[in-house]
Formats: sequence, C-alpha cells, structure tokens
Amino acid sequence: MSEATARRRGALARFWRDYRAQRAGLYGAAILAAAVLAALVTPLVTDPAGLDVTRATGEKMAPPSPEFPLGTDESGRSILLTILWGSRVSLLIGFLSALLSMVIGTVVGITAGHFRGWPSAVLMRITDWFLVLPSLVLALVLAAILGGGTSTIVLAIGVTSWASTARLIRAQTLAVEARPYVERSRVLGGGHWHVMTRHVLPNVAPLVLANTTLTVASAIVTESTLAFLGADSGQASWGSMLRGSYDWGAVTSGAWWYVLPPGLCIVAVVLAFTLCGRALEAVLNPRLRGVS
Amino acid sequence: MAAPTEIEPAAGPAAGPGERGGPPGARRGLLRYALAKLGGALLSVGMVVVATFFLFRLIPGDPAVAYTRDVPLTPDQLDLLRRQMGLDRPLPEQFLDFVLRALRGDLGTSYEYRRPVAELIGERLGPTLLLVGTGLVVAVTLGLWQGTRAAWNHGGRLDRFSTGISLTLWSVPTFWLGLLLLMVFAAGVGPVPGIFPTRGMEDVDAPDGPLYLLHVAHHLVLPCVTLVAVVYAQYLVVMRSSLLDEIGQDYVTTARAKGLRDAEVRRRHAVPNALLPTVTLVFLHIGLVVQGAVTTETVYSWPGLGLLFYEAIKGPDFAVMQGTFMVLCVAVIVMNTLADVLYHVLDPRVGSA
Repeated sequence: MSEATARRRGALARFWRDYRAQRAGLYGAAILAAAVLAALVTPLVTDPAGLDVTRATGEKMAPPSPEFPLGTDESGRSILLTILWGSRVSLLIGFLSALLSMVIGTVVGITAGHFRGWPSAVLMRITDWFLVLPSLVLALVLAAILGGGTSTIVLAIGVTSWASTARLIRAQTLAVEARPYVERSRVLGGGHWHVMTRHVLPNVAPLVLANTTLTVASAIVTESTLAFLGADSGQASWGSMLRGSYDWGAVTSGAWWYVLPPGLCIVAVVLAFTLCGRALEAVLNPRLRGVS
Repeated sequence: MAAPTEIEPAAGPAAGPGERGGPPGARRGLLRYALAKLGGALLSVGMVVVATFFLFRLIPGDPAVAYTRDVPLTPDQLDLLRRQMGLDRPLPEQFLDFVLRALRGDLGTSYEYRRPVAELIGERLGPTLLLVGTGLVVAVTLGLWQGTRAAWNHGGRLDRFSTGISLTLWSVPTFWLGLLLLMVFAAGVGPVPGIFPTRGMEDVDAPDGPLYLLHVAHHLVLPCVTLVAVVYAQYLVVMRSSLLDEIGQDYVTTARAKGLRDAEVRRRHAVPNALLPTVTLVFLHIGLVVQGAVTTETVYSWPGLGLLFYEAIKGPDFAVMQGTFMVLCVAVIVMNTLADVLYHVLDPRVGSA
C-alpha cells in the first residue's frame, strides 16, 4: 500500500513538472485561481445590499467614477459589485454542469465500452443523437419547460453536453480493455463491476479530467448564452448582466461600461479553462499512449 | 458544443471492410450504406418526435392554460380546448394523434399569434436560409483558405496567429460579439456614426426593385459577420489538422520528388484530399451553425426561425417552441445524413464515384 502511495506521489510530481513546462497552461491556471479567489472572497468584503434595486445608491447608467469604478446599470447599481457577485453564479453553474456532464459522459462511455452487443449499440445510438442535435436549442427548451432556478440551468446544460465526453471515454475504454492485464483480471474471476471500477476508471480518469476542464469552458459560455436568451437562474450572472445591457439600450446608447466588463470576464475565464484543458491534454496524452 | 481541439469524425464516416471491393460490389455497398444511414436518420427523427411529445408533457400545471397563457378564457372555453388538444384521452392515443398530425405538417396552433405554427415557420424560413446560407459560404471559404495556409506553414507566425484567433473566437460568446459589433458599427463610437442598421432585415421605407436587394444586403452584413466569426474558426482548425495529416503522406513526398513546385503540390495533391473530410465535418457540425443562428438572429432581431424560437421561449409560447424545436432538429439530422452519404459517394477510395 505504501509503495502504491509513493508511486502515486511520484506520478503527481512528474505531472506537475510536465505541466509547469506548458506556459499557456500556467497563465490559464493563474487566471482561474484569481477568478475563484475573487468569487470566494466577495461575500466577505462586499455587501450584497448593493445588488438590491430598491437600495441602489448610484445614478442611473452613470459612466465610471471613483465611487463606481465600472459605472452603474439601469437602476443605479454598481457594475463592479454585480460582476463580483455574478462571478459566483457563473462559475458555480459552470462547474456543476460540467460535473454533471462528466458523470453522465463517463458512466455512459465506460458502460458502452465495457458491454458489447446491443446495450452498447443502444447507448451509442442515444449518444450520437445527443451529439447531432443543437444542444443549445435543447437546453433552452429544457430550461423553459422546467422553469427558472440554478438547478434547472445546471440540469439543462449537463444533460445536453455529455455526448462528446461519452464518445471519448468509450474509445479509451475499448483500448484499456484490450490490454492483457485486464484479461488476466477477468480470467481470475473479476466481475464487470471490478473491471470497470478498478481497471478502466483509473485509466480513463486523466482523460476525463482534461475533458472536464474543456467542458467547464463551454458550460460557462452556454450559461451566459442561455441567460442572454432569457433562461437565467434568477440570480445575476455575467450572462444576465449582458441581457440587461441589451434590454436597457446600453449597446445603442454607447454605455460601454455595461457591455464590455461582463463579456471580458466571460472570455478571460473561458480562455483560461481552455488553456488549462489543452495543457492537461498535452501533459496527459503522451503518457496514456506510452502505457499501452 | 465541442472544443476546437477535439474535432474528429464523430459519427465516423469510415469505410467498412465490406465496401472495398470492385465497382459493382462497391455500388451495392454504397446502397446498403445509404439505406443504413437513412434508417438511422429516420430513427433519430423518431426519437426527436418522441422526446418532443414527452418533454412538452413535463410542463407544470394545466397544458391548456400554459399554451394559451395570457388569453383570458372562460372555464367552458378551456374545457373545449382541452378536448381539442386531446388532453381528456389516454396518453398512447394522444401520442398517436401527435405523430399523425406532425406527419401531415400540422404543428398545432399558436395562441400568441392565433395562427398555425407551420405557417409561422414557413414565413420565417426564408430569412434564416439567407443568413445561414451566406454565412456558411463565407465561413467555409475563409476557414478552408486560412486553414490551408496555416497548415502549409505550420509552426510559423501565421499558424500561431490563426490558432490564437480561433482559440479566442471560441471563447467569445456569440451574442457578446454581436453586441460589440452592434455597439461599434451600428450605434457608432463617439463622433463616428454607425454605418449599419441596428435591427431587422428591412426598414419600413425599403426601396423596390434591385435597390431592395442592396437594402437587405446592408442589413445582412453585421449578422453575417457575427455568424461567420463564430463558426469559421472551427473550419480553420479542421482544415488545418486534416491537411497536416495529408502532408505526412507518401504521395506528397512522391509529388515533391517528381519536381513539382510547392504551390502545385499543395493545390493539386494535398488540398483535394484534405478537403473531403473537412467538408463532411462542416456539415456534420451544422448544429453549431443552427445555434449560432438562434443567438445572432436574437441580437439583430433578424426575422428568422431563430428569432421565432427565442420569442417563443420568452413568451413562453409552447406551441411555437415545440414546432420550431422539431423543425430545427429534423433539419440538422437531414443535413448530417446528407453529409454522411455524400462523403461515401465522393470518396474515391470507396470506388463508386
């Protein structure tokens, strides 16, 4: 057991050394750390009362000033404050829906790769169906039917975005199951559950990690798009701020301070996740190939 | 949405082992392949219909009330409506009725517009086809051209620049890009006036005759640019990686060894072979274009299917939502199947073309 722990620690150290060599990945990780820190610290240092329309103190649609560094919105709320609180919603929904998507994708992928014959055929049929359909359209319909709320949005994004993960994991599962040690385990009496959880899952886990990072990126984009198209969670997020800026004519009246900051935040965070995901892939993929 | 890094032949247009024989066998193989694909597409369409039926039965509350929303109705009228919608009959019967109606092209009635949904969709189809068609042509041309240049000088400045651009564009939400373009080019920045209209496909005082085309084209510019920016990066990445695959092939080395000029190797040998999988993937990912169209049409109030869908979501007008959803999904499935079969017809390695 201790030998395994030492080996794992060694692998982790090797991973970190390889990851550090990826410059873009480091930048991405730094941006992410800053964003998550800001989202966590916000409730400790700011007062959410400023988000209340009736208690907003600023002038309406005022340009940036010392008091409001990023200006105010249509009801006189500070844009900076809304962005900070909105980051909590955007990041939370992004993480949770990517998690849901990853769980569905991994379970379907491993099951479809492990069991041959008709269960696999049926699962892949469903996966292809989800892969082909315009997922945003499906997510919008789901959100509209189930009604607002954070959990609805998470469900809508998660249920519509797992298909590419499932395909990836299935291919990897097929490769892992072809290895001799899996056959040995099966001959020694290892059941389906044992093979799937003890041999396949640990082998596909690195791939799942890299893929999830990319999924979070697209989930944040989807969340903002859903919010812009009217399916929001009821709380201020970066997407719903942009919805507000569009509804209140900030775009046509030149109120750039209402349009630029939320969008730039989305782009920065999404780009950071994408850079991290690509760096993870670059680090983990050659090793995956090296093992087989 | 798939990351640009993981574009691969997802629905695998790979030739099976049985389809590599001589011409007659290959033709039979193609027919079998096309029939199998057609069967798959029909199954997918069936799944869309089933999913739609059950999804829209999940709406909380009384469907009759939900579908008519703000229209004030007496209890008697609601009762009549429930009977018309078939809500008093058993579920299997309702389902059969739903399928038969959909087959006849009857997608129900919108109480928001007080008109049949199919009629509304027919009206909005033209503008969407115009926007998506123009956008696709521009995006494919631009993407393939840039992708070719990036792959041919891979590792160079242009390549790194294109990869950076496509990564960034992928991180930018479509609607935000639309808002930015709207702010800069339609509303104007400071003293610079806007040069494009902010919304719609035509103004009330639209001119007649050939000038009308110019008028619409003027309105089309910004939505089209937005749509292109979102999808072209994908095509660039696909073309780049598919050409990079070809560059390593033996026949390219042979072509060079024959003494062909670099541009000729590229134009006559590598690009035609790289084009095939790329064009197929473009059509396999048509769902992304549909998504782009929904957001773009919303931002610019372009009177197409996407805007109709958005308005239905906002309503919510469930009858229109249901109809548009089915039409969009079926359109995507049809395009995918066409791409699959076309790939098989065009691929010289299958030997039937």
